[in-house]
Amino acid sequence: MMFPKKIRFYFFTTIIVAVSVIGCRGDVEMHLSETIELGYPREVTDAVGFYLLNEGNMGSNKSTLDYMDFSTGNYKRNIYAEVNPMVPKELGDVGNDLQIYGNKLYAVINCSNKIEVMEARTAKRIGQIDIPNCRYIRFLGKYAYVTSYAGPVEVNPNYTQKGFVAKIDTATLQEVDRCIVGFQPDELAIVNGKIYVTNSGGYMGAGNLKNYERTVSVIDLNTFKEEKRIDVDYNLHRIRADQRGNLWVGSRGDYKGHPSRLYFIDRKQQRVTDTIPTGVSNMYLSGDSLYVYSVEWSHITNTNEITYAIVNTLTRKIESRNFISDGTDKLIKIPYGILVEPKTKDIYVTDAGNYVSPGLLYCFDKDGKKKWSVRTGDIPAHFALLPIEKQDTIPTDTVQTNKIIYKN
Amino acid sequence: MDLFFDKRLLTVVLLLILCGLALQAQSENDSVRQLREVVVTAKSYKEVIPAQKLSGKELESLNSFSVADAIRYFAGVQIKDYGGIGGLKTVNIRSMGTNHMGVFYDGIQLGNAQNGQIDLGKFSLENIEEISLYNGQKSEIFQPAKDFGSAGTIYLRSRSPRFEKDKNINLKFNFKTGSFHLVNPSLLWEQKIKANTAFTFNSEYIYSSGKYKYRYKRVHPSTHKTVYDTTAVRANGDIHALRLESGLYGTMEDGKWNVKTYFYNSERGIPGAIVNNVWKRSQRQWDRNFFTQASWQKTIFPKLETQVNAKYANDYMRYLNPDTTLMYLDNTFNQQEIYLSLANKYAVLKNWDVSLSADLQWNTLTSNLAGFVFPNRLTALIAVASALDLGKVKMQGSVLGTFVNEKIKIGNTAVTGNAQSAPDKQEFTPAFFVSYKPFRTADFNVHAFYKNIFRMPTFNDLYYTDIGNVNLKPEFTHQYDVGFQYTKALKNSIFRQWQIQADGYFNQVTNKIIAVPKGSGMYRWMMMNLGYVEIRGMDISTSASLQPAENLIANVKLTYTYQQAQDFTPDASPELQAMTWGGQIPYIPWHNGSAIASFQYKTLTLNYSFIYVGERYHNSANIPENYEQPWYTHDMNIVKNFKIKSNRAKISLEINNIFSQDYEVVLNYPMPKRNYKLILSFEV
Repeated sequence: MMFPKKIRFYFFTTIIVAVSVIGCRGDVEMHLSETIELGYPREVTDAVGFYLLNEGNMGSNKSTLDYMDFSTGNYKRNIYAEVNPMVPKELGDVGNDLQIYGNKLYAVINCSNKIEVMEARTAKRIGQIDIPNCRYIRFLGKYAYVTSYAGPVEVNPNYTQKGFVAKIDTATLQEVDRCIVGFQPDELAIVNGKIYVTNSGGYMGAGNLKNYERTVSVIDLNTFKEEKRIDVDYNLHRIRADQRGNLWVGSRGDYKGHPSRLYFIDRKQQRVTDTIPTGVSNMYLSGDSLYVYSVEWSHITNTNEITYAIVNTLTRKIESRNFISDGTDKLIKIPYGILVEPKTKDIYVTDAGNYVSPGLLYCFDKDGKKKWSVRTGDIPAHFALLPIEKQDTIPTDTVQTNKIIYKN
Repeated sequence: MDLFFDKRLLTVVLLLILCGLALQAQSENDSVRQLREVVVTAKSYKEVIPAQKLSGKELESLNSFSVADAIRYFAGVQIKDYGGIGGLKTVNIRSMGTNHMGVFYDGIQLGNAQNGQIDLGKFSLENIEEISLYNGQKSEIFQPAKDFGSAGTIYLRSRSPRFEKDKNINLKFNFKTGSFHLVNPSLLWEQKIKANTAFTFNSEYIYSSGKYKYRYKRVHPSTHKTVYDTTAVRANGDIHALRLESGLYGTMEDGKWNVKTYFYNSERGIPGAIVNNVWKRSQRQWDRNFFTQASWQKTIFPKLETQVNAKYANDYMRYLNPDTTLMYLDNTFNQQEIYLSLANKYAVLKNWDVSLSADLQWNTLTSNLAGFVFPNRLTALIAVASALDLGKVKMQGSVLGTFVNEKIKIGNTAVTGNAQSAPDKQEFTPAFFVSYKPFRTADFNVHAFYKNIFRMPTFNDLYYTDIGNVNLKPEFTHQYDVGFQYTKALKNSIFRQWQIQADGYFNQVTNKIIAVPKGSGMYRWMMMNLGYVEIRGMDISTSASLQPAENLIANVKLTYTYQQAQDFTPDASPELQAMTWGGQIPYIPWHNGSAIASFQYKTLTLNYSFIYVGERYHNSANIPENYEQPWYTHDMNIVKNFKIKSNRAKISLEINNIFSQDYEVVLNYPMPKRNYKLILSFEV
């Protein structure tokens, strides 16, 4: 009986130790924000900081909002729940776009089928606009325009799932009109009295390149009807209007043989007149410099091939093949979001890492030297610069604070 | 509902019944040998490493509906449960991953070449008689080569027919109902055909609305005031399922055989993750699984035993997303498997056995998925094993050779597609087991094992449109285990028997297949052999039988598992690597355990069970945002056995999650609060 007693002793000791180590379930606590001091405090003249929307992987409901304050040099991670603790299930599932217009901050939350509308200064929730499968948002006058993949609801065996652009009154946050465009529309640009929408056809193309969309839909702002299509390339995604009202369009390719490309649509001819030999995953227009990067899977090396470039929108030439100059680009696994500060020309690039763990935000100076980096939420992606608050003008929804004037 | 009354189904039912009747007709005038009552199990000394088992009464005493629910009571096991009767439930042994787990149903492995996952929630406990779990492999060298082929193995044994004296027929009706609008009737029919042959037919239908209330509540970390508290009803979790099973069991001189057929047909809603502003989902899934298998075993010569196993399986799955606001999907997947196995054991000496097994398996998958190629896989497995019994020391060693050849047919790909098949693979993997029993009288032994085995990349890993990668290598595991077992029978004490088993282990998962980000499009993933995981763990289980009073019997069983399962996946970026380096891998708690207690007083039984899963993270980055609190549930049931005339009857009332804990096993998949079940059973 000596042996079992000993064993029993060890066994019960283990149990007691285990029980003391293991814990009980309490109430689940909400997450408070964390502030990280990055240094580099400075006087602000044009923008006071920026918001960064983390997408979060699908189904994780982990879209979060971070805020960078330029004057203190502090980075505040995950602020939405702290500012809006009463919102059940927080910001939502898969953030897809973030914009500031007037005094409001708009976060497009794709898999939560909504646009979260917040106060621009505080991120305090004002309300939400329900748009199923919403993708990107842009503004003009008193309206917001949102692209959506969601097809019209109808019972039809030959159902075609065309997407639409929703027109939303920014004062009432109500949808006032809808314009059907192509399959799975993504980004949009508003210029020359038109809305240009990139159609992707992303739901149709898997396995067959020909099934992707390859056009930009042109919507007349007055009639809010699709006027025509401009043929570009398969699987379009990005679109930016430059200072002269010309359009820059990025295609995704088919992730196999057909590569991603950057196209130029001449404003007058309303057709593609130039192709720039670079892939486009994302781009940011700062003055006449279009900062572009591309991540493409190579089926030969079985790795992601990542390129960076600056395209001059005047000359339409690649000015630089690398805007990160200190070798940090080798460490960025998946560049995902990009912002260039208008005054300082500091470059912000996010790394989405493995998509399920937190990502990183890098800050580079205008020469591409790393200043700092910080951990973000999961899949850091979308930036919105917060302009300095002007004492003399009260930003309202009818005042266009970020309007660009195009001279003819 | 018409799903269950279509022609195919009726044909299957009629065939099963006719088959039984035909055999019964020619049964009468045969020899009068009794059918053996108990299926031969390996003698205990053969078990170099003891298994964990749940069987008979003990299994019945758990409030478990599916096999997955019961497996939670084993040490070293983690279950991923998406909630509800129709929710996916997968099992992971010692943190090595679901795909490393072999599940065998009545002796032959259940396959899923498509994604390697066996949904154990689909297997109801209704006709399961025994569940056993082996780390490494079964301590038995006389088995098919496939039995050597997993890092851990679960054997499910369905009830085999046995008859009381002078009885030729057994009928059993069972009816379960309760929370989630559960309706679950079942029927078992066992018929003695000849003295040495019996037929069995078993059928079960399950309906549940899958509706249950769940609650999300958050408090402020400093004030502890509630910031939100919301309760909703889970939608689109309904399930309709029908299972039909029939078998023929026979014995002969120095041998036995059986043939069985299994059919499962189900339709279910996929409730999806609970996320902000999404109240309802409409995705549906249909499954139709059919297999027929045969097994024959005989001692051919005094020293040579042979067994032959064969199986054909046909699995159909349809996934529909009818939600027009999302990507419309209506995909079907069809899998087929043919399996043949021959195993021989030769007794070289009285205490030295050698065995040779050879298996051949063919798998195929077709689908209407755009861009999908149709893969064919031919696998040959050869296992050589030997067992040596030196009295105090027993040893077993085996080497498994696996030879895989894959071909593809251009399925739905464009002609220009550069589709190719995965290259041939050859792997040789060893396992070695040893046990030592130092004392002559005391039932105490120490044991150790090493096993190296791999899992093949699944068809999805290799070929899934835009995600698959044909260059994947197999994912390997290395297991090192040391443990002991002690059993003590006590006389003249309240304790009748006391048993303890403990193991410490170190596992490595190399070439782990993980999804890595790819490009920046919609199909953002690519499967790669990049992961590396180290697991250090300890499993303890103990049980005791007590008899405090003459009419009172009590059984207690406790398990405890400690696991440190660390992600050491390298990354080119030191900053990214640092976030997950050494982090506990997703959903693996450091501590988990279970307790089962049952008290039997005359015809009344009271059972209590408890499950504890400690704190975890849902990502290898062990930061507060990814933290998951511990959860634990208390379940209880009371059973009354009685007789109506001379027929046995049983009524049982179950209560689950007694304290109505709101918890999640998987992020955003809430589990049911307190729920009930009533079970009526009648045997003729």
